[in-house]
Amino acid sequence: MDIRPATLEHLDAVVALDELHTGLAKPAYWRDIFARYVESTRPNRFFLVAEDGHRLIGFIAGEVRAWEFGSPPCGWVFAINVLPEHRERGVGSRLLDEICRRFKETGVTTVRTMLSRDDALNLAFFRSQGLTAGSYIQLEKELE
Amino acid sequence: MKLQKSTVFALHAVLELASDSDRQLSTGEIAERYGISTHHLAKVMRRLVRGGLVQSMRGAGGGYRFCGNANRTTLLDVIVLFEELGPELDFVEGDGAESTPIGLALQAVRDEIDDLTRATLRSITLNTLIKNAERRARSRKAEPAEPARAVGARA
Repeated sequence: MDIRPATLEHLDAVVALDELHTGLAKPAYWRDIFARYVESTRPNRFFLVAEDGHRLIGFIAGEVRAWEFGSPPCGWVFAINVLPEHRERGVGSRLLDEICRRFKETGVTTVRTMLSRDDALNLAFFRSQGLTAGSYIQLEKELE
Repeated sequence: MKLQKSTVFALHAVLELASDSDRQLSTGEIAERYGISTHHLAKVMRRLVRGGLVQSMRGAGGGYRFCGNANRTTLLDVIVLFEELGPELDFVEGDGAESTPIGLALQAVRDEIDDLTRATLRSITLNTLIKNAERRARSRKAEPAEPARAVGARA
């Protein structure tokens, strides 16, 4: 398995893997993400893929964000996915380790993510990687 | 939320056994390690056997061995073998207070807390907790010891 920065040729596979997990095809969303995280040369943005040969088997995306919600700079992971048949084989762990290594190189010392309470799979995964509930609370309301 | 003693004993016992699934431990050995009543723990172990998480070993030594899936079994899975998760906050209910606007607003707060509690317990597998415990043990070992101070010395 190889882990490397994504290129444009990975876009279709990422859309497909995301649709497999979420049931929603979002090609426009992922085209925009690729424009900002793959084609852009911003040093604090990362989109990594895991490949088995030439086949994409997983991806992770994140960036260093500074002072949002009053937080000092930290690394945020906003997307991670692994093909079901490749799960529980360390693919997710290696993707997270690699993006965290790149976060550390920028000087940050914390990684964060946000998950739905119902996303048992990813909650269990991030917990297994040592993440615990942080000091921020996500609040929301319906707009009337 | 205050868990029953049986539930707390069960969590300690199953985590101890799951930390090395090749190992057999007797009720007495687990009880001694965690300062638990052997008699009480014996009942807990029988329920864990019925729940499919541990198996009782026959023969010389006997004892119990973990036989579940530590990567899939969560803290919530163990807890619900022994009790139903009650609400975190017990608002006094009676005389229709719970159906008033204030009563309903309090219940919404309670529900928010309960949802978070359940999601947290459901997201932590036995293996994750064991790894967290090992990480803590390593951090403690790595912490530099405080230098000894002479009596009367100023900071």
